[in-house]
Amino acid sequence: MAFLSALIAGILFGSGLLLSRMCDPQRVLGFLDVAGRWNPALAFTMGGAILVAAPAFWYVRTRQRTLLGEPVQLPDRFKINLPLITGAAVFGVGWGLSGICPGPSLLLLAGGTAQSLAFVGGLIAGSLALGLLPQRSKAS
Amino acid sequence: MTADYWRALAGGGLIGTAAAMLLLLNGKIAGISGIFGNVIRGVFGIQRWRAAFLLGLVLPGAVFGLRGIEFAQGVPGLALSGLLVGFGTRLGSGCTSGHGVCGLSNLSRRSLVATLTFMAVAAATVFIVRHGDFLWRS
Repeated sequence: MAFLSALIAGILFGSGLLLSRMCDPQRVLGFLDVAGRWNPALAFTMGGAILVAAPAFWYVRTRQRTLLGEPVQLPDRFKINLPLITGAAVFGVGWGLSGICPGPSLLLLAGGTAQSLAFVGGLIAGSLALGLLPQRSKAS
Repeated sequence: MTADYWRALAGGGLIGTAAAMLLLLNGKIAGISGIFGNVIRGVFGIQRWRAAFLLGLVLPGAVFGLRGIEFAQGVPGLALSGLLVGFGTRLGSGCTSGHGVCGLSNLSRRSLVATLTFMAVAAATVFIVRHGDFLWRS
């Protein structure tokens, strides 16, 4: 059951990236290029996603349970610290260079191109590199 | 152009539905960097839902095909970009989906700060790459 619902959620997620063209690097760069020919369409994608997901988060946050009654611990909503800001900034540089973030990068793997493999190879190395740093509070 | 906006909005609706479903049924956050990071660390065997979600995510690309994808960088540039994205999202505990979609949907102040930071830095990076030639022109 958990396997099946996660699979269907993944299919919906990937379809959304495809339909919104969030997986197209040029499209994302056009959205980020506020001083050039700015294309605001992806703001609608984020807005649409939040509009649909927010009621579900409200439901789970107030009950601390899933629809099936399983307990849920949502991530902390308030702690703002250096790893959060530094990490987001480093991510921003990488995202701005290529126009690719983690979700689209995995969808792009389906194309089997050397470019998508290079990005995901870097993604794996970068994710693992964090574990090599001297001890710090673990990201969840 | 209007059809383009509808398509962007509908795609967002699908992404939101996926995040709602994973939360309501599995009790999990649809944060791709977190799910992917855990899978490559080998939590894979214990938490099969993560592998199922990632498999589902790749499927539409394989079924419908990816047309008109044009990368902005060559292989070395993309590897560097992926490295920064992987490291940054793990250090900052989230990416566009985890902080941007799920965190903001959960009214998280922490995710709002992260989202504003990576959006602003990404826009600044694009600005320097595309319009920054004045910086090194003597």
